Amino acid sequence: MNNIIVYLEIEDGIVGDVSLELLTKGRTLADQLKCKLEAVAAGYQLDSIGAQVLPYGVDTLYLADDKRLAPYTTLPHTSLLVNLFKEEKPQIALMGATPVGRDLGPRVSSALFSGLTADCTSLEIGTYEDKKAGKTYENLLYQIRPAFGGNIVATIVNPDCRPQMATVREGVMKKEIRDPKYKGQIKALDVAKYVQDTDFVMEVIERHMEKSKINLKGSPIIVAGGYGMGSADNFKMLYDLAGVLGGEVGASRAAVDAGLCEHERQIGQTGVTVRPKLYIACGISGQIQHIAGMQESSMIIAVNNDPDAPINAIADYVITGSVEEVIPKMIQYYKKNSK
Amino acid sequence: MSFKIVVLAKQVPDTRNVGKDAMKADGTVNRAALPAIYNPEDLNALEQALRLKAKIEGASVHVLTMGPARAAEIIRESMYRGADGGFLLSGREFAGSDTLATSYALACAIRKIGPVDIILCGRQAIDGDTAQVGPQVAEKLGLPQITYAEEIVDIQGKNITVKRRLDRGVEVVKASLPIVVTVNGTAAACRPRHAKLTLKYKRAATPSELQEAGADYTDLYDSHPYLKINEWGVSDIDHDINWLGLSGSPTKVKQIESVVFTAKESKRLTAADGEIEELIKDLIANHTIG
Repeated sequence: MNNIIVYLEIEDGIVGDVSLELLTKGRTLADQLKCKLEAVAAGYQLDSIGAQVLPYGVDTLYLADDKRLAPYTTLPHTSLLVNLFKEEKPQIALMGATPVGRDLGPRVSSALFSGLTADCTSLEIGTYEDKKAGKTYENLLYQIRPAFGGNIVATIVNPDCRPQMATVREGVMKKEIRDPKYKGQIKALDVAKYVQDTDFVMEVIERHMEKSKINLKGSPIIVAGGYGMGSADNFKMLYDLAGVLGGEVGASRAAVDAGLCEHERQIGQTGVTVRPKLYIACGISGQIQHIAGMQESSMIIAVNNDPDAPINAIADYVITGSVEEVIPKMIQYYKKNSK
Repeated sequence: MSFKIVVLAKQVPDTRNVGKDAMKADGTVNRAALPAIYNPEDLNALEQALRLKAKIEGASVHVLTMGPARAAEIIRESMYRGADGGFLLSGREFAGSDTLATSYALACAIRKIGPVDIILCGRQAIDGDTAQVGPQVAEKLGLPQITYAEEIVDIQGKNITVKRRLDRGVEVVKASLPIVVTVNGTAAACRPRHAKLTLKYKRAATPSELQEAGADYTDLYDSHPYLKINEWGVSDIDHDINWLGLSGSPTKVKQIESVVFTAKESKRLTAADGEIEELIKDLIANHTIG
């Protein structure tokens, strides 16, 4: 009762990184609140899920194993969570800010009349004082998220309604095993008790999942381009530089919107969050929404025509010059000096 | 046969192109520096609605928006693009609504509009990026939902087939009407249909816009009823006041901070060969690269 529950996203029997990241965060919050960390998996043939998630410090894993629950469709997964939450009364429920989590979360929150905050970048425990009502709430979940295109950061709380629900994007939290031998229990749910036959109104006719070829999150070096790259042709230089350095190419939202680069490479609040060893920002002015997704890079080099570009403020090295001139030189001198 | 399509749309500040003057010194948003626009993904939804209208005999498109008086602008814009009319839900009782209170109010308004075959809206609005209102409206109305839709592939009788975008793939799903569909930004863009429509609807207005302008077009609006944009207040919808506005919002804003990044001490270089080579050598020497 009153524990933290994480909804697990599962594709081909594998628990998604975003869910493991949430379990890691959930474990820390559970320690602080002195409650249990629980997880719920809904799908088919879930035998290996326990081994995948218990090491993250999961005390209870609920399994809803039913052929009809995979692939994900809205209503059955909603009914499962709504009814499980009514029984277990978790204080906090977390899910990924993914197409699944953002389809499911609002539906569950609406059914339970509980507040949901989307795309949180930080989750903390704290106190909230409602001055009007003269009431103080202890141990609430601070759901911290950017708003207004990233120009403000809002701390949201749900004082009265439970569970306090939040979604978080993949890559925003860190994933860390608590204990490879962590002892948690696995409870199989009787699916028929939670889900009605009438929930299966959606038929998935076709489904193509592509293994992403782009691994921005895992790359130690990222060469990113912005609108200032000017053209798709110029953008190719970034692939050359990333190629010789052994890195990946990323892009700002402006570059993606302008069609210079595919959406999968977008870095920032509405894209991927990255923490590489080296981040080379080329022709990126540095809108807050971009900076939020890369500011934790160990080293940042900014290449920009504009000596006053906002990104320069957070860069370790600022090269003021045109990308057409600087990038080929970087390639040239890297080739010359590396052995 | 009639086929009623409702598009949920929102007027939003253009947060995509915020300059340095978007925030005031006191950390609040400088709304004057941000023009109010039609939420981009709601335009994608309108496009899908207009395509259905072109395909289905007897279909009509009605835009529903909640907002201040000036949000009537986006209903007019929808009419220029081919919508048949719209409803503005407005009033101070709705102020302070979070996504749940908003979806409750919209659901009440949709019930008032009457039996609807399909409800379309953008996946999310650019001022909040929550993507919650669509699914929450669906839940409030007890309807199924399809989110992240890229294309309505087919409607046959009561069956709808939709292609939807996932993080790493696409999915084609089949469900039955009525349904709520939220449309992704990767769907087809909404192109203005016909300049004639702009002329036809130029004078479309809500009663309060007419009053504000001191305009008396009584005769015109009697002879051209399509120019009337419906304006509803809280008393026009069947509702429970506890579910609206602040009291209907389980989430509370504890704190708002404007974003300030801690500036680092940067090393400044030019594009000169010597400086670039020196930098590269340093990076190799400290094992950042190579």
